[in-house]
Amino acid sequence: MLLQHAAAAGTHPLSGTIAEWVWLLPLLPLLGFVINGLASLLSASHLGPDDPSLAHGPHGADGHAPHDGADAHGAHGDDHHPVVRHRYATLASIVGPAVLALSFALALAIFLAMRGAGEMASPFVQTYFSWMPVGDLQVDAAFQLDQLSMVMVLIITGVGTLIHIFSVGYMQDDPGYPRYFAYLNLFVFFMLLLVLGANYPLLFIGWEGVGLCSYLLIGFWFSEKANADAGKKAFIVNRIGDFGFLIAMFLLFANLGTLSFTGVQAGAASLGFGGVLVTTICLFLFLGCTGKSAQIPLYVWLPDAMAGPTPVSALIHAATMVTAGVYLIARSNFLFSLAPVASLVVVLIGALTALFAASIGLKQWDIKKVLAYSTVSQLGYMFVGVGSGAYVAGIFHLMTHAFFKALLFLGSGSVIFAMHRAYHHTHNHDDAQDMRNMGGLARYMKVTWVLMWIATLAISGVPFFSGFFSKDEILGGVFLRARESTLAEAHLFGIPGSYILYLCYVIGLAAAFMTAVYMTRMMIYTFHGPNRTGDREREHLAEAPWVMTGPLVVLGILSAVGGWFNLPKLIPFGPLGGLEHWLEPVVGESTLRVTNGVLPEASHGLELALVVAAVAIGLLGIFYAYSQLKPDRLVPKREAPGEEGFARVLNNKWYVDEAYDKAIVQPVVSTSRGLLWRGVDTGLIDGVMVTGSQKLAQVVGWAGSQLQSGQVGTYAWVLVIGVLAVIGAFTLR
Amino acid sequence: MNAFLTSIGYMRWILPVLLALPLLGATAIWILSATHDDADGSAAGDEVVSGRAATPRMVALLTFALEFVLSLGLWFAFDPAFHGWQATFDRAWMPVWGIRFTLGLDGIAMMMVLLTTFIMLLSAASSWTSIRTKASSYYALLLVLTTGMLGVFMSLDLFVFYTFWEVMLVPMYFIIGIWGGERRIYASLKFFIYTMIGSLLMLAGIVWLGIAARSAVTGVPNFSYDAIMGSVQLTPHASLWLFGAFFLAFAVKVPMFPFHTWLPDAHVEAPTAGSVVLASIMLKLGTFGFIRLAVPLFPTAAMNPTVRGIILGLAVIGIVYGALVSLVQPDFKKLVAYSSVSHLGFVMLGIFAMTVQSVQGALMVMINHGISTGALFLLIGMIYERRHTRLIEAYGGLARVMPLFAVMLTLTAFSSIGVPGTNGFIGEFLVLIGSFRTYPVLALIATTSVIIAAAYLLWAVQRIIFNPLDKAENEHVPDLNRRELLILAPLMACIIWLGVYPAPVLRRMQVSAEQFVELVQARSATNVMVVPHKGAR
Repeated sequence: MLLQHAAAAGTHPLSGTIAEWVWLLPLLPLLGFVINGLASLLSASHLGPDDPSLAHGPHGADGHAPHDGADAHGAHGDDHHPVVRHRYATLASIVGPAVLALSFALALAIFLAMRGAGEMASPFVQTYFSWMPVGDLQVDAAFQLDQLSMVMVLIITGVGTLIHIFSVGYMQDDPGYPRYFAYLNLFVFFMLLLVLGANYPLLFIGWEGVGLCSYLLIGFWFSEKANADAGKKAFIVNRIGDFGFLIAMFLLFANLGTLSFTGVQAGAASLGFGGVLVTTICLFLFLGCTGKSAQIPLYVWLPDAMAGPTPVSALIHAATMVTAGVYLIARSNFLFSLAPVASLVVVLIGALTALFAASIGLKQWDIKKVLAYSTVSQLGYMFVGVGSGAYVAGIFHLMTHAFFKALLFLGSGSVIFAMHRAYHHTHNHDDAQDMRNMGGLARYMKVTWVLMWIATLAISGVPFFSGFFSKDEILGGVFLRARESTLAEAHLFGIPGSYILYLCYVIGLAAAFMTAVYMTRMMIYTFHGPNRTGDREREHLAEAPWVMTGPLVVLGILSAVGGWFNLPKLIPFGPLGGLEHWLEPVVGESTLRVTNGVLPEASHGLELALVVAAVAIGLLGIFYAYSQLKPDRLVPKREAPGEEGFARVLNNKWYVDEAYDKAIVQPVVSTSRGLLWRGVDTGLIDGVMVTGSQKLAQVVGWAGSQLQSGQVGTYAWVLVIGVLAVIGAFTLR
Repeated sequence: MNAFLTSIGYMRWILPVLLALPLLGATAIWILSATHDDADGSAAGDEVVSGRAATPRMVALLTFALEFVLSLGLWFAFDPAFHGWQATFDRAWMPVWGIRFTLGLDGIAMMMVLLTTFIMLLSAASSWTSIRTKASSYYALLLVLTTGMLGVFMSLDLFVFYTFWEVMLVPMYFIIGIWGGERRIYASLKFFIYTMIGSLLMLAGIVWLGIAARSAVTGVPNFSYDAIMGSVQLTPHASLWLFGAFFLAFAVKVPMFPFHTWLPDAHVEAPTAGSVVLASIMLKLGTFGFIRLAVPLFPTAAMNPTVRGIILGLAVIGIVYGALVSLVQPDFKKLVAYSSVSHLGFVMLGIFAMTVQSVQGALMVMINHGISTGALFLLIGMIYERRHTRLIEAYGGLARVMPLFAVMLTLTAFSSIGVPGTNGFIGEFLVLIGSFRTYPVLALIATTSVIIAAAYLLWAVQRIIFNPLDKAENEHVPDLNRRELLILAPLMACIIWLGVYPAPVLRRMQVSAEQFVELVQARSATNVMVVPHKGAR
């Protein structure tokens, strides 16, 4: 097997092409990180005096100047200080986006080479060095390039480039400007490592690495406790998921003796179809996904993550990092297709998350919070896709979602940017992200307004926008698999799988309705009706500069026509099933295994019915919101009354955070403090020596008096000399 | 490099030289300080850093630097493929009692020696401005301590091992007791009594073994490690008792739950360098003792299902317990101390899970903990020198005034948490993946600590360097100076290097780890002596 593989690698269609440069893809952003990181540190470093304890009181000339790390507010800046651009701002503005653009260009070239290489049945693997060689555990530092990782690389570097460019405008006045780009570059490095790694541990470096960058970027304005809290929460909650990922790796190694994708794929069949082992492995892997991709029960960190700069929310907490879980399942399709029960759990959790998060999104006032819950909800859809074995549909939605959600977040960034500038001019401290303080912004920022409507129509599933195709494919996929698939034949808690899948289809429709409602609500409250920003502030509302709207336009085009990448057969023109065909070598076998060897084909009538149902429910949501909402009755946040009844439950996110705090966090902390530390440690263990402790006290007292009498130095010397004497005497003999 | 080292006979003289050099340094300090009146500080009074204190610290620093540079040759001259002791040195010492001054290294000991010389150099440099009283005694003790620790790693004679074991105890007792914090007397005594009681039983065990291995002809005892390994036949009963004696000595040192309560006190009260040495090296002497002596000498006892179960259980309890208790510590040093209990639990789990991966992982954790926890204590020491408090709540927002410090602390914290890409991950991952093969449930419980570790360290980091800069006394704290940066930089480099490319280190310990596992498994399974000699080079 190994030999075969080596031989295949030698004659791989991609060897000798530009794909040999795949290692440069992540290295470019890493280089950017190093340059920007050094720029950040150099400008920040004012070395302390040689004797640190001598430095007390106001010290040195720079005592007044908060350095790089001092960006308490950044774009949400401190009104009382004049804005000074960072001295390495130009360097960072060039290096930050440029490394991404170069990486994207290389990715495109490799993509073209892959297309030119024709059918590629096996992945292109490049091994660099041995990372963890221990006995029969051999983990290499190796990259694996196949159709799936190529799609991910293109999304990451493509959308990433746009968001980096947008950041040049959005973050321009931030005192931590190079630090921001350093983190962002580092994030892309880890994200590319995640999708290019050729084995689970390497993927895991990327997996935790992106989490690390997420932590740093959520807490970017770390002088606010809430921001630092949010970053910490994100990391810890993700670690719960990572626990699952680790256990899954341990199980794989203990049973298959390898952790590389090709090795696990080759050995997966030996785990047996539907066995307890493979199901357990998949469930632990999925626990990892619920952390990184913010699914029930671990979704709670993502809404808080909005504390980071808005372009970060677009890149990390919408377009790329949070989709890593979806990628992981698609990557592990050879395992999940063997575990129908685990797959059912994935579908069910995904559907429930989609509905639950959408319900919260209905009653949020912070524009970014709406989008955050929307992201959680849309990720749920992706899991419904990859869980039900419709891997292509899941990845397709991952792609279109990257377009329209990045657009929505950057658009909201543009809105916040405008709102903030307006408030900045008038020294107003109102909330620049609360929709109750917005309204009627369409008049002031036409480009953002139009583009965000495109994204809204896309996410709501309005025909011919990108989201329509991908969401429709997921819902159609789960419906067809409810009729015929290994999942439908399996049972979860004694309930037939087909019932669960039908239920998930219905939940998916319900969530689609809510999606249309909350998105329309957001658009209406933000852009339509009367303006509530304030009379003096209104004059300063204006569209963002082109460096920001430019990327928005590109994303707008992609959001509109992104469906072109994978047109369904129902459409009588264009490249049918482009993505499906492209991903066939990676997921084709598993897709067929889930559907018992037959391609899920719906009759023309049924397919049309499914599409009509999905479209109808989306449009219904938009019209419902349009007819029910009264933007002219809204009052600014300052004067707004609290929510009542069920709206209050939704506004407070079903009180899940509070419940976790009461049920888990507080008991753990109080047990550790009261029972373990005070009880066991100082009470029991040290207390066991109670009888001895009296004596000990006497000895301590005696020794203490000796030590304090100043004789101890003498003892020390006696010891040194004694040791010297003994060793000398015996060795010299 | 290798040719050069061979040409100067490096492997023939390096070990005794490494042992002698610190003692020479200590003597030099003594002679130099003797020319002053109150050299040993017996006349009391604060010896402000002046010419008088500058001399000992310079002598010590140069000695440690030379020591480190000399030891580096081991990295190159050591043959990773060779099955046996390397750089051996053997002289008669006390022939009447059959004690020989035998030294030698395997891959494990070699890495520990390098870790020791590396950390000691940094510790001495970290004391530069923080030790102001009785500086000459302080640096002399630090040097003697180094000889003691190195001797433990190098000894191939059990009596010599014991001698060094005790030699290192005393300087540390004084370092805590004289240069420590407010409760230093209590802490140093607790440290002393705990370790002393443990090691006395070990002495009895060693004497027993030496006599058991005595020459049939002359009746002279034999304390040689190889001889005892090769010739002593033990009844299961005797094996169990002897193992118990060694276990107590080492378990206290590690420290395993529930023998750990001396550690937080010692750490909190010790001066920075004391904490660093204690955490980075001295705790490893306990786990090293298990790998070198307790387990290979008494494999039937160590692998006895009950004994093994109890030790593994205590290890896993220590992992989770240490992490949970860390969570609620108001004192940053104490927090790191309890986190050491957790990390060292991983080492014990790895050793007793007895797979190649878990043992290699345990060894990596030993090295990594030395680097990361050493760095954490150094970092604490640096802010302590500025603000004279270790309480977490006294800080907040330091990243605004000390950005370099913030970068270092963040990186170190992530290493300690075990984020992949840093050294911390390699050790924990190998321990867990290896233990999972033999003890899946225990490994699963131990894995939960990755969550708690993130919680306690990130929470502490947040309260120190993030959050608002809301305390007036923190507003003008100077950032790290050049010396402090130079101390931390090599540690940061190791954190990344060992995370990204640990293979060279793993390769150097591979043979020793495999031999350890094979030998213990073979001997405990058959209850017969096999593979007696490692041979020597």
